[in-house]
Amino acid sequence: MNKRVVITGLGVCAPNGVGLDNFEQAIFNGVVGIQFDQELADLNFGCQIAGKPDISQDQLARYFTPLQLRDLTATGIHYGMIAGVDAWNDAGLSSTASESVDYDSGIIFGTSTLGVDKLVAAARMTDEGKVRRLGSAVVIQTMSSGISAFLGGYIGAGNQVTTNSSACTTGTESILMGYERIASGKAKRMLVGGCNDSGPYIWGGFDAMRVLNKKHNQEPKKGSRPMQTGASGFVPGSGAGALVLESLDSAMTRGAYIYAEVLGGAVNSGGQRGSGSMTAPNSEAVQRCIKDALVAAHIDPKDIDTINGHLTATGMCPTEIKNWSEALGRSGDDFPYINSLKGMTGHCLAAAGAIETVAGILELKTGQVFGNVNCDDIHPDILALVEKSKIPDQTIPVNPSILAKASFGFGDVNCCMLFKKYNS
Amino acid sequence: MEKHYEELKSIIKIYLPEDVSVDDITPKSHLVNELNINSANLVDVVLDIEEHYDITIEDDEMDKLDTVESAITLIKQKTA
Repeated sequence: MNKRVVITGLGVCAPNGVGLDNFEQAIFNGVVGIQFDQELADLNFGCQIAGKPDISQDQLARYFTPLQLRDLTATGIHYGMIAGVDAWNDAGLSSTASESVDYDSGIIFGTSTLGVDKLVAAARMTDEGKVRRLGSAVVIQTMSSGISAFLGGYIGAGNQVTTNSSACTTGTESILMGYERIASGKAKRMLVGGCNDSGPYIWGGFDAMRVLNKKHNQEPKKGSRPMQTGASGFVPGSGAGALVLESLDSAMTRGAYIYAEVLGGAVNSGGQRGSGSMTAPNSEAVQRCIKDALVAAHIDPKDIDTINGHLTATGMCPTEIKNWSEALGRSGDDFPYINSLKGMTGHCLAAAGAIETVAGILELKTGQVFGNVNCDDIHPDILALVEKSKIPDQTIPVNPSILAKASFGFGDVNCCMLFKKYNS
Repeated sequence: MEKHYEELKSIIKIYLPEDVSVDDITPKSHLVNELNINSANLVDVVLDIEEHYDITIEDDEMDKLDTVESAITLIKQKTA
């Protein structure tokens, strides 16, 4: 018998809001965190707008010791620590005393490429023959698991401490992995989530692939247009989202506040066969992933109240909607509410699934579905499948009980999770 | 000695963990065992000493840097 798993803590460092309260305000009021980025313009990027969390040195000093902050240029670690430490504290948990290890708590915190700025600086010094001068900070900031290592040291985590990486599926996948570890009784608490560096070196490759939106450099806030006609690319984002997952038993014993229950989920790959490729999802696998998640969560398709989609605005949105519709067997005004946070944040890559799940859990908590921004020109193929009222352009108080969240990533990988409002 | 000692203290203090104060540093202090400097950060201490005194400390000389006193002895030899 699997243990029931609940969410007891949330933390977020997003382009449109740093800290849970700011983020909650932002998502329900349609605050867009996308700005013109002079650095990208100076470097001849086609897309010169981006989503970056706004954080100050003073803020960082609250999350890192002065020694840790010395030469800490890995922005993913900045964002991940802010979100992760916040989530841990939000759950009513704290850093263990210096000699004690919490063997019941672990970390699965994902990323794509970590510490790119550090890596570039180190590569330059290495090329100049100055490898001896690199110091001790390069490895811990550029190893993928650097974020989990920083968080693990803060918490005193003694259970599994690792990092997952599955491109834009990463953040959502980490939640499934942490859930499974607790459900199987191997841990009581898992800090899960994802982070992603910001900056030209992390976004350049996407610009070169011509998958970013180049048409809104003068109108950054209108640049991220999921589900819209003529959506011509995503806006690069960054940041981190974090959740504390906990066995229901442990949460009740501690008397912790419970945001929602994790019902279960599924992960798979389309094998880069059929309509799938390195960069595009195989629709058959996407639908299978959604259906498998429903089975794992013991949920009937008709029970889903709202969907937080992947919906990046690259032109694949109609295909995603079709996959949801076919997998759930629902369409028209029977289709669940659906939204995409990416209109407000851009695509936060490895952090996307985690930031977006935090948004979804806040929907369950507050009884609202946040409105899609830049939602004035919905693609006709989407409207052919979904009644317009199900794609709200304003926040609506519909008291959703069951939330579906999916993310899809390069490598043709998929993950879908189901969450339920917790009623004690 | 006094000049080197003060200079070394200001190099070392950056790498002290939060629960160790610069006032805890004495000539006899062991950098790792007593001042609790992370062994990975010893490399950074060495780099900072090298830069400050314009000297080179080889890998096999690093074990001579166990205490503040012995570090000063090494620096004196190198700068003599």
